[in-house]
Amino acid sequence: MKSRSILLFSLFIVCSILLSVMNDENPYFKISKKDVKLIIPKNFPAPFYSFKNNQITPEGFVLGRELFYENLLSRDNSVSCGSCHQRISAFAHIDHTLSHGIYGRIGNRNIPSLQNLIWNNSFMWDGGVTSLEMQPLAPINNPLEMDETIGEIVGKLQNSVKYRNLFKDAFGDTLINSERILKVMTQFVGLMISNNSKYDKYIAGKAVFTPEEKHGLELFRTNCASCHTEPLFTNNSFRNNGLAPDSTLHDIGREKITTKASDKYLYKVPTLRNIEMTYPYMHDGRYRKLKDVLNFYGTAEQHTSSADPFVKEISPLDFTEKTDLILFLLTLTDKEFLFDRRFADPNTK
Amino acid sequence: MTRTIEFKAGIMALYILLPFFILSQKSQNPPEGIRLNLNHFVGDKLLVLDDTTYVNELNQPYIVTKFNYYIGQIYLLKDNGKEYSIPNHFLISEDKIETKKIVLEKIPSGTYTSIRFILGVDSLHNCSGAQSGALDPINAMFWTWNTGYIFLKLEGKSTFSSAIGNTLEYHIGGYKMPNNSIRTITLPFENPILIEKKRMTEINIKADISEILKSPSTIDFRTTPTVNTLLNAKMIADNYSDIFTIIGINGIKY
Repeated sequence: MKSRSILLFSLFIVCSILLSVMNDENPYFKISKKDVKLIIPKNFPAPFYSFKNNQITPEGFVLGRELFYENLLSRDNSVSCGSCHQRISAFAHIDHTLSHGIYGRIGNRNIPSLQNLIWNNSFMWDGGVTSLEMQPLAPINNPLEMDETIGEIVGKLQNSVKYRNLFKDAFGDTLINSERILKVMTQFVGLMISNNSKYDKYIAGKAVFTPEEKHGLELFRTNCASCHTEPLFTNNSFRNNGLAPDSTLHDIGREKITTKASDKYLYKVPTLRNIEMTYPYMHDGRYRKLKDVLNFYGTAEQHTSSADPFVKEISPLDFTEKTDLILFLLTLTDKEFLFDRRFADPNTK
Repeated sequence: MTRTIEFKAGIMALYILLPFFILSQKSQNPPEGIRLNLNHFVGDKLLVLDDTTYVNELNQPYIVTKFNYYIGQIYLLKDNGKEYSIPNHFLISEDKIETKKIVLEKIPSGTYTSIRFILGVDSLHNCSGAQSGALDPINAMFWTWNTGYIFLKLEGKSTFSSAIGNTLEYHIGGYKMPNNSIRTITLPFENPILIEKKRMTEINIKADISEILKSPSTIDFRTTPTVNTLLNAKMIADNYSDIFTIIGINGIKY
C-alpha cells in the first residue's frame, strides 16, 4: 500500500516536471491582467496620454514587447528599439555618447531614457515628436538609426506566422497595420513608470534620508528644480543650458523644429530619474560622470552667454555641496523599475 | 439530333448563368451624391508623369515624377446659408487613378452654391496619434521627425536644379503657427447645384501644378530646388492656395 502511494506520488512529480518542461511559457515572461493595470502614482499629475483610445490588454502589451525587441524593425534586421534602449539603464544606453544605428552609423544625439513617458507632451531632445503613439516612427525612419519604413515593417510582420498569431491574440484577427503596431508599442512603453526610488519612499514617509541626502535635496530645490521639477524631475520645457555647441555635430537644437532663431541650442529638459544608470550625460553625451555635470553647472565661466537665466542663477558649489547633491541624485535610482520583469527582452527566455 | 443537344446545352448554360445576371443587376444601386473629379494640369496641359517636359515662369524646363496631396474639411454650402460637412481626409495621388475621384454620399437634398475645403490635414488630425486609411503613415505623407502630415508632395527633375541628381522636391507641411501651411479653398458654383435622390452630380476640378511654382513667389530651380522642412513651406503654401478651379459640372464646361 505504502509503496504504491510512493509510486503514484513519484509518477505525479515526473508528470508535473514533464508538463512544465513541455509548456514553454516561462512564468518570468508571463503577463497577467494585473501586470498591465495602469496605476497613476498619487503624487504625479494627470498624464498627457490617457490610453482612452488604446485600452491596455495583456495580449497587446506582450505584442508591444515583442515589437520593441524586434530586429525586423530595422532595414537590415540587425537592431531593435531594445538594442539602444536598455532596461538596466532606464532604457537609455549606458556608455554610448551618441546613438548607434545600423551598419555602425553614429547619430548626433545621446539616447534618452524611456520612463514616465505618458507625462511627456513632446519627445526627442528637440521636442519634434508630439505624439507618443507616433514616436517609434522617428528612430525607425532616421537613416542614422534604423533606416526603415513602416510600410516595409508591415510587410515583414505579415510574412511572419509568429506575428500573425500575436496580432490575432491581441486584436481577434490577423490584420497587421501601422495603427495596431504603434498602439501596442505605446501600451508597452507607456507602462514604463518609475516611482519607487528611495526619493519616492522618502516623500511618502516610508524611507529616511541621511543628513547628506537631505542637504543634497535642499541644494537641488534651490539650484535645479526650476527645470528639473519634482516629481517627474522635468518641467517638459526647452532650455539653453549654456553648453558650448559641439563644432562637429552642427546641431541647432529646437530651432530645427520651430525654425525660430530664439530656439537655437534649446533642448528638452530631461528627467533625472535613474540618473545614476543613464550615463553619459547631456544631449551629446559629453560628460561621463555626474561630477562633470555639476562642475559645469556650478562654474559660471563655462556657460555660454546665451545660457538660460536659471542656469546663470546657479550658485557656485563647493566640494561638499557637490558630493551631497550627487548623494541626493543617487536616491532617484529605482531598482524595482530597472529590474521590472515585465520589460525584460522576451528573446532571452 | 445534334441541334437538339446544342439547344439543350444553351438552355442549360442560360439556366446556370441567369441567377448571376439577376444578382449583378440587383447590387447596382443608382449612384447618388456628388463626385469630385480631380484633374491635374500643368498650365493648360494635362499632367503626364515622367515623360512630358514643362517649363516654369523662368523658362526652366522640368518634368514631374510625383504629385500627392491631402484635402479635408469639405463643406458644401447651401443657398439658405446652411453648410454640410464631410469629416474625412482624402489623399489624392496622380499615380493612383482611383484617388482622383472622390464620391460624397448621403448629401441632404437642396440647392448648393459652393464647395469649400482645405488643402492639408487639420490640426486635430495632425495630433491624433496612430490612424489608418488616408492618414496611415504607411502612405509616406508623414514627417516622423517633426510630428505632422506632409500636405503636398511635388517631385520632379530639372537640369536647372542645383540639388543632387537634379531633383526637385517640394514636401510641404506644418499646421502650427507661425508655420501654418494649411490653406482653405472656396470654389463657387457658376450655377447652383440641385442635389436630390437618385442623382449623381459630377464636379470637375482642375488642379494646376504650375501655380505651385508661381504667384506670389516665383520658384527658381537654381536657388530653391527643394523645400522639405518648415523653412520656406509657407511660401509654397501661399502659392498653392489658388491651384484649384472648377472646370465643369455635369458635363457642362466652364
